Amino acid sequence: MLDLNQFNSLGETLNAALDRWLGDICLIESDRERENCRLTYRQFKEAALPLAAALQDAGLSAGTRVAILMTNQSKWLISAYAVFYCGGVLVPLDYKLPADDHLKLLAHSKAQLLVVEYHLWRAITKAEKFGELALRTVLSTEAPVNADLAGAQRWEDFCAPHPARFVPRERKDPACIVYSSGTGGRPKGCVLTHENYLEQAAAVAPIFPFWPGARYLSIIPTNHAIDFMGGFIMPFTGGGTVVHLRTLRPEYIRDAFTRYGITYMAVVPLILKNLQRGLTEKFAALSPFKRRLLNVLIATNRTLTKSKPRLGLSRRLLKDIHAAFGGSLRALLVGGAFTEPATIAFFHDLGIPIYNGYGCTEACTAITVNDQRPFRPETVGRPVRGMEIRILNPGEGGIGEVAVRSKTVMSHYLDDPEQTAETIVDGWLVTGDLGRLDESGQLQLFGRKKNMIVTEEGKNIYPEDIETAFDGLPVKESCVFAANFLWPARTMVGEQLVLIVHPEPGKGLPPIIVEEIAQRNRRLANYKRVGGYLLWERDFPLTASLKCKRGELAGEIRETLSRESVVPL
Amino acid sequence: MPTLQDTTEQILELAAAHFKVPRAQLNPDDDFFKKLGINSLQALDLLTRLEQHFHIELPDYELQGVSDFRTLAERIQSRL
Repeated sequence: MLDLNQFNSLGETLNAALDRWLGDICLIESDRERENCRLTYRQFKEAALPLAAALQDAGLSAGTRVAILMTNQSKWLISAYAVFYCGGVLVPLDYKLPADDHLKLLAHSKAQLLVVEYHLWRAITKAEKFGELALRTVLSTEAPVNADLAGAQRWEDFCAPHPARFVPRERKDPACIVYSSGTGGRPKGCVLTHENYLEQAAAVAPIFPFWPGARYLSIIPTNHAIDFMGGFIMPFTGGGTVVHLRTLRPEYIRDAFTRYGITYMAVVPLILKNLQRGLTEKFAALSPFKRRLLNVLIATNRTLTKSKPRLGLSRRLLKDIHAAFGGSLRALLVGGAFTEPATIAFFHDLGIPIYNGYGCTEACTAITVNDQRPFRPETVGRPVRGMEIRILNPGEGGIGEVAVRSKTVMSHYLDDPEQTAETIVDGWLVTGDLGRLDESGQLQLFGRKKNMIVTEEGKNIYPEDIETAFDGLPVKESCVFAANFLWPARTMVGEQLVLIVHPEPGKGLPPIIVEEIAQRNRRLANYKRVGGYLLWERDFPLTASLKCKRGELAGEIRETLSRESVVPL
Repeated sequence: MPTLQDTTEQILELAAAHFKVPRAQLNPDDDFFKKLGINSLQALDLLTRLEQHFHIELPDYELQGVSDFRTLAERIQSRL
């Protein structure tokens, strides 16, 4: 592992890594049964520098913003390194968003260059507002021969024969602009500095060490802070290998464990539960005798690993299960959303350590990590090094809003001083999550204070962003809330959104309007849909500028109606 | 080559068999996440099943933004 204190920027850090681990494998990219590429650190550098030189010819200099819109693959990391080498600021965009949202975020970020996979570029060129896109250069990867590139250039051909010039950056300079949410309403572009990343990497390295030969399976989108750290910065600074899969079908993920001997994989709760379901089905199919034997082994393992994970022992006790995970797995890291303790306990009992963490993009990923020493599935663990946690206005049971102070807290939200001031108060990042610190210093979460939900896939959904989908309904007014915001529940699972509908006076909600609501809801991406609607017969309280006073309306609803009044959609 | 209608019909049959629901309950315009009660990973599983049936390769992104059988059928049809 490199000593990160000696570096000022990600570019400088990655330079040192590429020169240090020359002959070690840094990337493996696999597509189903085929292996697309396998690169050493030296080859990675050789692929990136001609690209960096061409990007400089195209005007990339210190502070230039370059958006990247790709699924997890080698060209993502090669392009990102080239951008950092030239002193550019990376804007990683979520490839799962629709093209309209990509256009909005490209405009908001003021990116001048874009690196994009062909199929995503094609979708953008077909979007209604494509004509408004103002980019200097677009590089499209993997475009078919004879494809209409609509002004883009081929990534594969985009290289200059002369050497690139390294552009140094200071620790406080921005490294990335990462959107944590807000495509419908106000985009939240977290401006993260080189210091944020270097401090985060140094803090997490003792918990998840990398070394030449350690392999990370990258399946959470790389634009997400978790994979950017776990699937790029961390392994590179330790000489490890990142394994990319071009298809994320569960069967290919399972196959990758054994084929590549994976050491770590970061997952969101949805994937963890899917793995759990698969294993449970397999166990159920065992003969009664084998089943009993397995239960005894699991119980033994559970007892022996209470105080800390003992991988060697668990691998011997539950050999077949560990073999199915490749035999080299040290931990599954779960984050992005709340994970149910029962799921964590399921894997713990099998001797597969689940390190669940708590964090947010605004704090450059991890705030706490639970390393299961001792096994405590109901907490999200202790703060990682350099992280201070305070519970604001603690009430009953010491529960209050979680606030964080550390060198990993973002600089600001891009072009939004108002939201920045609401989020970073006196140097403390106010998270909007409710929690308490127990006597052993572990953080336990108890729901949210803010009006939002997080899906099991780790997506932050803000009701304001969903509301535009219901604009123009033939009703007097409507708005969207997180159900747990209306009726606080001390839980972070099963969260859903509710549409509040106030019909025109005397008109009520005839089936035709309900059908329209349902139709519009179906048009939303499945994770963005509202779970139901609530009929509300009073005027919304409005501000002087005629915006809904959300807090006040939520209070009125809470006093008048219960959760049972929500009509499921 | 099968028509779009044939393809749609085959998808509905495969989905019904794969997720063990009566075929008669499924319609081309159904939201398959909701009708089958599945999540995005289970939908990817269905994609694998469809690949085997139609002898084609479907990149994961072909499922992006798709939630009804009809659109899925159109995407598959364009690759047959």
